[in-house]
Amino acid sequence: MDQSKKIVYPYIPNSAPQVQKEMMDAVGVKDLWDLYEEVPEELKFREDLDIPPAILDEYSMKRHIDGVLGKNTSTADYISFLGGGCACHYVPAVVDEISTRGEFLTCYGAESWADHGKYQTYVEYNSMLAELLETEAMSVPQYDGGQALATSICMANRINGKTKTLLPASMNPQNKRILINYLDSVQADLAISYDFVAYDKETGLIDLDDFRSKLDDNVSSVVIEPVGYLGVIEENAREIGELAKAAGAEFITYVDPITLGLMEAPTKYGADIVCGDLHSLGLHQSCGNGQAGFISTMADAKYLSEYKDFIYGFCEPEVEGEYVFGNLLISRTHYAQRAKGKEYSGTGVNLWMVSAAVYMALMGPKGFEEIDETILYNGAYALQKLSEIKGVKPVFSGKSFGEFAIDFNETGKSVAEINKYLLTKGIFGGLDLSKDFSELGASALFCFTETTGKCEIDALVEALKELLQ
Amino acid sequence: MARNRETLLREFHEAKWDEPIIYEMSTPGERGILPPKADPSIIDEFGDAKDLIPQSMRRETSPNLPEVGQMRVNRHYMRLSQETMGDDVAVDIGEGTCTMKYSPKIQEHTVAYNAKITEIHPMQDPSTMQGILEVYYEVERYMKSISGMDHFCFQPGGGAHAVFTNASIIRKYFRDRGEDRDEIVTTIFSHPCDAGSPATVGFKVVDLMNDPVQGYPTLEAFKAALSEKTAAIFVTNPEDTGLFNPKIKEYVDAAHAVGALAVYDQANVNGIMGITRARECGFDLIHYNLHKTFSSPHGGMGPGCGAVGARDFLKDYLPVPRITKDENGTFDLDWNGEGATIGQVRSYFGNAQVVLRAYMWLRSLGSDGVREAAMCAVLNNQYMVKQIEQIKGVTMYYGEGKRRIEQCRYSWEQLEKDTGLGTEDVLRRMVDYGCEHYWESHHPHIVPEPFTLEPTDSFSKEDIDEFVAVMRKIAQECYETPEVVRTAPHNAPCHGIKNYYEEDPEKVICTWKKYKEVYGIE
Repeated sequence: MDQSKKIVYPYIPNSAPQVQKEMMDAVGVKDLWDLYEEVPEELKFREDLDIPPAILDEYSMKRHIDGVLGKNTSTADYISFLGGGCACHYVPAVVDEISTRGEFLTCYGAESWADHGKYQTYVEYNSMLAELLETEAMSVPQYDGGQALATSICMANRINGKTKTLLPASMNPQNKRILINYLDSVQADLAISYDFVAYDKETGLIDLDDFRSKLDDNVSSVVIEPVGYLGVIEENAREIGELAKAAGAEFITYVDPITLGLMEAPTKYGADIVCGDLHSLGLHQSCGNGQAGFISTMADAKYLSEYKDFIYGFCEPEVEGEYVFGNLLISRTHYAQRAKGKEYSGTGVNLWMVSAAVYMALMGPKGFEEIDETILYNGAYALQKLSEIKGVKPVFSGKSFGEFAIDFNETGKSVAEINKYLLTKGIFGGLDLSKDFSELGASALFCFTETTGKCEIDALVEALKELLQ
Repeated sequence: MARNRETLLREFHEAKWDEPIIYEMSTPGERGILPPKADPSIIDEFGDAKDLIPQSMRRETSPNLPEVGQMRVNRHYMRLSQETMGDDVAVDIGEGTCTMKYSPKIQEHTVAYNAKITEIHPMQDPSTMQGILEVYYEVERYMKSISGMDHFCFQPGGGAHAVFTNASIIRKYFRDRGEDRDEIVTTIFSHPCDAGSPATVGFKVVDLMNDPVQGYPTLEAFKAALSEKTAAIFVTNPEDTGLFNPKIKEYVDAAHAVGALAVYDQANVNGIMGITRARECGFDLIHYNLHKTFSSPHGGMGPGCGAVGARDFLKDYLPVPRITKDENGTFDLDWNGEGATIGQVRSYFGNAQVVLRAYMWLRSLGSDGVREAAMCAVLNNQYMVKQIEQIKGVTMYYGEGKRRIEQCRYSWEQLEKDTGLGTEDVLRRMVDYGCEHYWESHHPHIVPEPFTLEPTDSFSKEDIDEFVAVMRKIAQECYETPEVVRTAPHNAPCHGIKNYYEEDPEKVICTWKKYKEVYGIE
């Protein structure tokens, strides 16, 4: 190759011809393909890859990617009432400032000395989340809330040896699909079976009669969502927990942490294992990238021994007075035991611990209380206004926390039709429930947060009135 | 003071702020941020917001969170970031197998600040997500070309998650065929997830030991482990030793001969992308870690993406949703699959920002650039091997005279015999010279006193020379001034840790609250 025409890639320093030649001489190759003398010729692939010609300069790359992403319409462009586990919460600027720091962004799993600050941040995350949840221990986060729930159920199974879990029929359908695959096993006797507890058609609360009928000695865990996927606050949580524990089951709650400024901490009504998704604690929606599961319990050995992921915490320093942090009980994990570890572990979503830590530190107790007030007010106002539209009503009478299901059946229109119309008005309507909850017919889950106030709600109501009246 | 021109060593000290725990900074009444309030008319109408919650579910006491003003919160976490060594600030050649690369800043600015990605709800109408769906569709196309596989799915959130996904696909595939196969064969040098993830899916796992000369199991040993009970093999090539198994196709053929599937753990494909492909080796399923080879930063362990590649006959088993493109060029999400799908392994369609970074990285390089990256990674490694193996106290294991691919596992066995100081001692000392700690090895430590280095395409010759100089210097210290290594680190944010790997649950202190209890702090 004419060396003067060789492309030098800014991200590949040794693509520079002179240094490359020097290094090739040092390792004794004339051609870069000679580096691969261990790869048999018949396995070598010398054709061009199916990747378009390189966009070499950074400015052109910026133009290009802005153009591609410009085909998206975001919730910053339109008003959004989409929720269901990912919602339009405001992310404070300081959260972005810290979570994009190169040190946090580009570090990996290295030990505590050089990465002391990373570990302190993780342990502060533990400390603050544990206060929100009123718990004592946790591991690093899981891929998302669904994974956290799956592992919580597996922890319960390992703790009590029983093999059945009771789930709310109104649970998040994506989590449901994750669970169905996760709880299965090649070996039938290792699988965890599941049953769904019906919800009351009127209130949306867990049907206690159905629950009692399904709760037997084989039940390993009982799962509830204090604020259900369909929005209803499970006001019988304590009673359900007491029944579950009396039957020898672990009581698992799947909680949205942003609600805990005003909602009771789950352990206070008996939760043994608290899990959920960190999304609302300072993570952007990012097309689904902003999800992170958490699992937390009291610090009893029976729970600590069953976490599958790394547990970080304070250790004893050689130099008195220093804070030092370590990687605790690592012999639980597949890193130490391969196939014999607790489930499996791996790269998860640790950067989102940094975001959540900064978010909790910024918010403080007052911030959580106030944001919950705003969400509750906005939700209550929206419910009132939507109910005034002819043919539109809430699906359930149970109290909700900013998010609730709306019944459009009497309007004669499908949710798809309604949402299509709303899009023309610059509004992302509620999540269409008619497929995952076909029994509800034309219903949609509307989510109201601190970012969808009176102005946005009035716009929604006006648009719906235009279409439906 | 400048770095020493002759030794390439620095007089380094990492930031040490003696930063308190955030709770110690708490001052009653201080506020870090004020959330938006509801419209006054709404507040008037609905009264006390607490009353909107059923009495049984109202919180009785405020959460005990710190109360800290915004500037102090920002400064606190800035300082903690300074007490962290990402590869933006340190030469991180040491975390072998992790493929520590430069993540171009144009990518980071896009994923962090472009609202057309940060503010997208994943359940928006697909007509409003054409840009990101196009990105997914295109990256799938590039990955197909790099691997030779027929289909890709980007839902798994990391490499171990992708291995779990592949094991789930295998479970469903054989169940649908009515075949009772419950065993996975892997190798002891594969990532622990190649055993742990299939075990989670319910498979019995056979970990094959390596041959002491070639570094991976012999074909004969491999064949002996296979049977009509084998569902699949999970193998890596090259393994962490950096040694490429030239007979890989025969291993795959042997698996197929007993009716098993062949799965290629290509978490790290950095040394061989554009050089050799999974398809020609005969594999049925593979995965790539986009946060390794394809340039997403590691984020202290995620978020990542384990891209799963499958041959045609396994397409229907992939998780949903699948990204589709019609004849008009319109992209859509297919949530139904073809019936055989394993369902979902994660919510929505994975870590979109990681896929977006991979798109930008691949587009910035094109075909020639991707191959150049692989070749430079291997050139860097072979250049470094030649120097590291000269260091007194270092032993090379396996594959004598063979060229290593993108990384190499070394041993301080001799150093330990000579000086009593081993790999954990050297590891601690590295930070004193401005390098991130290297990574030793997964367990079990088959190579004694191991360390694994991977000088990816991102590192310059000078970076490598400096890193080697640090290793050489520390080895020399072990022989000449061992106490300085034994008591390291000296220039890090903290010093020794008595119980770094605490195994007693009674001594686990996860939170500040517990710390205060144990140490009697008011």
